[in-house]
Amino acid sequence: MIRQDAKVILDIVDLHARVEDQTILNGVNLKVRAGEIHAVMGRNGSGKSTLSKIIAGHPAYDVTSGTIYFQGENLLAMEPEERARVGIFLGFQYPIEIPGVSNLEFLRVSTNARRTQLGLEELDTFEFEDLVNERIKLVQMDPIFLNRSVNEGFSGGEKKRNEILQMALLEPIVAILDETDSGLDIDALRIVSSGVNQLAKPNTATILITHYQRLLNEITPDYVHVMNAGRIIRTGGKKLALELEKSGYEWLDAEPGNQGGLNHG
Amino acid sequence: MDEYLQWLDSLPKASGALKAIQLRGRESLKRLGLPNQAIEEWRLSDIAHLKKIIQYPYVKELNQIFDEENPIKSLVDNKIQIIIDSQDIHKESINLPKGIRHLNQSELEQSLGHSIEKCSFMDNWTVAMNHAATMEVLGLKVEGKNLPLIEIVIPSQRDSFIPTRVIIFVEENAELELTQIIQGSQNSVHSHVIEVHLGQEAKVNHGLLAFGEMNSSLMANIAIEQNARSNYSLTTVQEGWLFSRLEPRVVQIEGQAHTNIKGLQISKGKDQIATHSLVRFDGPEGTLDQLQKAAAADHSHCIFNGSIEVPRIAQKTNANQLSRNLLLSSNARIDTKPELEIVADDVRCAHGATVSQLEEEQIFYLRSRGIEDDQAAALIFKGYCQEILNCLPQNKDKTQIMQKLLRGMRK
Repeated sequence: MIRQDAKVILDIVDLHARVEDQTILNGVNLKVRAGEIHAVMGRNGSGKSTLSKIIAGHPAYDVTSGTIYFQGENLLAMEPEERARVGIFLGFQYPIEIPGVSNLEFLRVSTNARRTQLGLEELDTFEFEDLVNERIKLVQMDPIFLNRSVNEGFSGGEKKRNEILQMALLEPIVAILDETDSGLDIDALRIVSSGVNQLAKPNTATILITHYQRLLNEITPDYVHVMNAGRIIRTGGKKLALELEKSGYEWLDAEPGNQGGLNHG
Repeated sequence: MDEYLQWLDSLPKASGALKAIQLRGRESLKRLGLPNQAIEEWRLSDIAHLKKIIQYPYVKELNQIFDEENPIKSLVDNKIQIIIDSQDIHKESINLPKGIRHLNQSELEQSLGHSIEKCSFMDNWTVAMNHAATMEVLGLKVEGKNLPLIEIVIPSQRDSFIPTRVIIFVEENAELELTQIIQGSQNSVHSHVIEVHLGQEAKVNHGLLAFGEMNSSLMANIAIEQNARSNYSLTTVQEGWLFSRLEPRVVQIEGQAHTNIKGLQISKGKDQIATHSLVRFDGPEGTLDQLQKAAAADHSHCIFNGSIEVPRIAQKTNANQLSRNLLLSSNARIDTKPELEIVADDVRCAHGATVSQLEEEQIFYLRSRGIEDDQAAALIFKGYCQEILNCLPQNKDKTQIMQKLLRGMRK
């Protein structure tokens, strides 16, 4: 939902970043307003996943210049856990398995971390179970997975549902979903997408990172951005995704120098 | 060496029912001398620490009273707790249920040392040390099923050498749940030997929780003899000792039995925590499932030596051994060595060892959900330990055990 008068909640300004000696982001600019859904597309290695990890604060990446503002605050000055608590959520492309750590306990600890930040009371085990049993319906996940170790022995689809369950519990302001559609069959894709749609609110925003148009049939983006060589080189509406689906990314090579950075903001 | 001989001489005069064993133990200690690093099984051990150990005097009676709530709360009421706090074991004060009784003198004479011999512990220095000093042995015979859990507690006293010995004879078809708790205190030295004999089709679930305190030391030998179709599970936890050396040995005397060994050793500061295990199949179709986990922090050192012997007679043995290790500091050290001696040709023996650090991606995943760095590391560490704690007999408050394991971590 585009409302030009809506507040900018995430503002990425000329972001450059590298991992070890390799430059991965090369001047990313992106403004995200409340209520918007953005899709970021592009080839493998174009910097999409890196962008999502840098927003979440992954320590392996060095931001060499540029800034990210989240609701006017310098996001880059915050630790990953602080970012999560103020309302940044990264849905992982490959959710991590943590043997021996109960999924339910993990969900409760993280939910309480966010609640404390919001000035809400922490939930005890029983209160949390009520909440999780309500939210789990959104992703139609079998409650048996709550009693297992975090993501251990989950199928690809269950892992992604577990990610969206976390999103439903943490109620982030900006959710970045990194290839949430990968590894999902069509039914699971619909369930996950429906969850994401229900969680999108006028005061929140979603950034979808994806290779495929099929996710965008389920979650309609307001903007589609194409990344190449570490920057956004083209921005359009949903139509752009359809064009990409049809013609692929080969046209990128023909773009003179990929100077673009045509940003809606 | 002079100090060593002086310490031997300082032991009380050999006496009582175990007199002959004491004398033999003392002879062995004289013959063996203090272990040194030229001996393969002591190669990695802190020998300087052994020299300190022999300075602490032998105590006959511990003057500390064991507090049941400390260290670990018990979660079951249906248990028999036996506290060994003296070299005089007052049998009459131990109220045993039907199905468990004290071994009588002739049974004791017949069975004492049998499993030790079977487990080739006769020339073992820590066993000799125990033999030299132990004045009395707790001997039990288990003849039934669905019995209350037996909990043997060995408390300690600062600056003292505390030898204890236990033998349990589990009859054919009998079943036993056994938990041992060994507590260290400042500069205490525990020497413990336990023999368990499992008759045919007997079943034993054995937990050993060994928690040390400042500068405490533990040397414990576990000798297990399994008859056919018996099932023995051992779960050990070692933490908090400056020096700990645990030697569990299991012999399946006829094969066709199942052995399950799970171990967890946590070292911090300058601790050296070691497990030297041995499983031998003296008959066919035996199975073993072994998982040893270690985590070493600060400047500490964890050692695991896991021997499996499969002689020609042990055809169709199926043994699995895995050693998983977590290095929590760049100054810590982990040594892990599987030793498989397989002569039989129709067997399946798998082994593996891994050493890793806390996974940065796991920590980042938890942090990205609002969990502090330290708390994330603690959660992952807890997860790592949980797999072993889950195997303990079901009577202990695991949360409390976990708190002990976490103490002093990630300062």
